Amino acid sequence: MAEQDWKANKGVFAAVSLPTLFWIILFFLVPMAIVWLYSFGENKGLTEIDISGTLDNYKRATEWLYLTIFGKSFAVAALVTLICLIIGFPVAMAITFASEKWRPWLLLGIMLPFWTNLLIRTYALMMLLGTQGFANKGLGALWEGTSWIKTLVGLQPLPTWEPVQLLFNNFAVVFGLVYVHLPFMVLPLYAALDRLDRSLIEASLDLGAGHFRTIMRIVVPLAAPGIVAGVMITLIPALGAYLTPDLMGGTDSQMIANVIERQFKKANDWPFGAALSFLLIYAMFALIAIQSMRKKVPEVR
Amino acid sequence: MTETARPIIQIQNVSKRFGKVTAVDNVTLDINAGEFFVLLGPSGCGKTTLLRMIAGFELPSEGKILIDGQDMAGIPPNKRPVNMVFQSYAVFPHMSVADNVAYGLKIAGVKGSEIKDRVAEALELVKLGGFETRMPDQMSGGQRQRVALARSLVMRPKVLLLDEPLSALDAKLRAQMQFELSDLQKKVGITFVTVTHDQDEALSMACRIGVINKGEVAQLATPSDLYEYPANRFVADFVGSVNIFEGKLTLDDPDKAAVDCPGLGKVYLNHGVTGPHGADVGIALRPEKIYLHVPGEGKAVKAAAQDAPDGYNFARGKIKGMSYLGDITLFEIELESGACLRVSRPNLSRHDQDDFTWGDKVSMHWRADSPVVLLG
Repeated sequence: MAEQDWKANKGVFAAVSLPTLFWIILFFLVPMAIVWLYSFGENKGLTEIDISGTLDNYKRATEWLYLTIFGKSFAVAALVTLICLIIGFPVAMAITFASEKWRPWLLLGIMLPFWTNLLIRTYALMMLLGTQGFANKGLGALWEGTSWIKTLVGLQPLPTWEPVQLLFNNFAVVFGLVYVHLPFMVLPLYAALDRLDRSLIEASLDLGAGHFRTIMRIVVPLAAPGIVAGVMITLIPALGAYLTPDLMGGTDSQMIANVIERQFKKANDWPFGAALSFLLIYAMFALIAIQSMRKKVPEVR
Repeated sequence: MTETARPIIQIQNVSKRFGKVTAVDNVTLDINAGEFFVLLGPSGCGKTTLLRMIAGFELPSEGKILIDGQDMAGIPPNKRPVNMVFQSYAVFPHMSVADNVAYGLKIAGVKGSEIKDRVAEALELVKLGGFETRMPDQMSGGQRQRVALARSLVMRPKVLLLDEPLSALDAKLRAQMQFELSDLQKKVGITFVTVTHDQDEALSMACRIGVINKGEVAQLATPSDLYEYPANRFVADFVGSVNIFEGKLTLDDPDKAAVDCPGLGKVYLNHGVTGPHGADVGIALRPEKIYLHVPGEGKAVKAAAQDAPDGYNFARGKIKGMSYLGDITLFEIELESGACLRVSRPNLSRHDQDDFTWGDKVSMHWRADSPVVLLG
């Protein structure tokens, strides 16, 4: 695409960019700035905040208690991203190599969950994982079946089935986050794999490599931009996840977003919540900075 | 084919169907060890499918492919003793030249020191010595193709398959690479099987050419036989430029024949045609086999034509179009019948083209052994 000099088309440039710019300033930058200012303030009464320039909120936010929650949020988000990558890569490959007829349907299948509200999807998952949910019922039926077969062959039956606690723990949070974020991983991976010249894969096979080696030595390195994009686009929202840990997590599985929420609501400590928010934002900035500094993979056609 | 010719690839009754489309239709073909074989045909004729079946990327719907006597059914591409140079070259963009060439050797488990020697040797062979540490994005298309060649040759395959190897190069480089590929093939002695739609490429490089049309072998011949003795209308028309006239066989003796063409008149041949009297045949006449007389020269020629030996054919017409190409001039001559004849004339002197102009009445002659009788 030819580069257009914006100076030559100032009117067009303004018409196109000003509404967006206005929107971003009014609804994104201004509220962010207010929150940022709050983070340097202190509570004076129930609704009054005095922006005094204090750093106390940040001092408190870097206390051990909150750092561990930050650390845990990172760990959970990283684990979720890793699981999404491990599941998402084969899925993206399957879509890429599916026939022309099937590909749009498979992509639709990946995007379909977006058509449902996150809250509803989360409740649906909770129904699945609850002690009376389908997962437990299925496991229970398997257990009973095994027990019945054992008595049939004359062995001691298994003890009575106790439902497994699948909900309200860290497992549920990771499970829920993986479920929600998988499409974010699959789509950039698919985009990267779809651009890959098929003859590179054939050349690798032709030179004696098996399928596994071809994937590890040719497909993965060349899909690296897509992998990085997928990781970032999964890791960042997973890091700030609020709804899933709130609804599916137990008392020990709160993530940093839940802590922030509590400051703004129950604790009514907006300055402290703002400081925590900004620490999270700075952490995400750091991630994006690291990503943009990585070596560019040369592209050859 | 010499007595010692040994088939390295045997394609036996191979067909390939994609859904309802038959890409390759019952092809039987032997490719000999050590020859430079070219599969020539228009795009979509099935030649690339045939090549990909040899490599193992496509499986035949029917029939067998043997490489060096071994049936390739069920043998995946990575286990076949052939290597392929892809149309897009498929040089791995994230590896240096040396790593690209060493890729197959490392997988084959060749020792490090030997890899180094063989990579250097292969790069020397394709004239890329000293390029080991270059990345593919720092190289031209021609150089990347050499990397792809070296990467395949280093594996010492029994057969090297090349898919449209020169199609992405500019005209000058293509002509140079045609020579280089032939040289390389002679030097390494590996059987080359090339797919191309470019007849010049095929004629200049091949030992033998298999012309493919609509999934079938239209003719299998050496380049000169293909050009001078095309077996059918398709080959005559596809390989080189040609005038084709339809006619009826009116005389067929062992040593002479005549074909009556409504468009061209009676065409005499100095050899027999094994066809039934009155059979519908085609006459193919190459533009360069027709001698175009300079206007005025025609009178003397006409006089000569009165007692024309059976060895010559004559025709008259009017120059309808001329196109000066430097080395030759192409003429379009409208015959008295209204049909058009394409004639090419070498520009032996600098002023040759000045002798002709549009609308000139001209006469032509050609030898009685020049026309090709097309039965198919």
